[in-house]
Amino acid sequence: MTLALDKPRSPRRPAARRGNFELASWLFMRISGLALIILVLGHLLIMNILDGGVHRINFAFVAGRWSSPFWQFWDLSMLWLAEIHGGNGLRTVINDYARKDATRFWLKIMLYVSMVLILALGSYVIFTFDATIPAN
Amino acid sequence: MSDSASATEKVAARGSRRTGTLYRGDPGMWSWVAHRITGVLTFFFLFAHVLDTALVRVSPNAYDEVIETYKTPIVNLIEVGLVGAVLYHALNGLRVLLVDFWSKGPRLQKPMLWTILGIWVVVMVPGAYFMLERTVRELFGGN
Repeated sequence: MTLALDKPRSPRRPAARRGNFELASWLFMRISGLALIILVLGHLLIMNILDGGVHRINFAFVAGRWSSPFWQFWDLSMLWLAEIHGGNGLRTVINDYARKDATRFWLKIMLYVSMVLILALGSYVIFTFDATIPAN
Repeated sequence: MSDSASATEKVAARGSRRTGTLYRGDPGMWSWVAHRITGVLTFFFLFAHVLDTALVRVSPNAYDEVIETYKTPIVNLIEVGLVGAVLYHALNGLRVLLVDFWSKGPRLQKPMLWTILGIWVVVMVPGAYFMLERTVRELFGGN
C-alpha cells in the first residue's frame, strides 16, 4: 500500500508559503476571547442582572454611564473586539459551509460590509454622544 | 475498492460494534457545535444591539421607546437565552484555551466540559431568577 503524494521530494511546499494570516487569526481569537470574557460578562451582569437589570435602562441611564471615560473605553473596546472576534468566527463558518466560490465570496462581502458599518456607527455613537440632545 | 474506502469501512465497522451504525459524536464534538451556534447567534444579536443603541444619537424618546421592547415578557425571556448562550461560549472558550495552551488540557478536555456545564447551571439559575423575577411578578402577581 503506497501513499500517493504529488512531487514527494519537492523541496518547497507551496501551501506553507501563504503567510501566517490564519495563525494570527487563531491567536487573535484566543487573546480577544480572554478579554471579552471580562468585558462582555461584566456588561451582561450590570445591564441584565444587577439592580433591576434591563428594567432600569433608558436614555438617562446611558447618559450617566457614558459621562465616565472608564465606561466609554470599556464599551469602545468591547465593540471592536466583539465585532472582529465575531466577524472572524463567521468568516470561518462561511468558509466551512459555503459550497460555491461565488456564494462564499458574496457572503463574505456582506459580512465585511456589515462589520465596517457596525464598527463605524458604534464608534461614532460613543465618540459623539450628547446627553443634552432634545427629547424629541 | 480504493485503499481509503476500505480503511473507512474498517473504522466504521469498529465503531458500529460498540455504538451501533450511527455516528453520534463525542461530547467534544457537540461542545464544538454548540460553540458555533452560540457564537453565530451572539454575533447577529450584536448587529441589532449596536443599531438600537445608536438611537441615542437620534433622540432620548426614540431610544427609550425601543428599549421598552427589551422589557416585554417574550424579549425578556430571549435575553435569558442570550445570557445563557454568551456564558456557554465564554466558558467553553476558556476550555479551548486550556486545551490549546495547558499541557494537561487535552487529556482533561472531557472533565473540563462537565465542569463548565456545572458552572453554567450554577450561574444561570440565580441569573435567570434575577432577570425574570420582575416580569413574572408583573404577569402573575398584579404589580
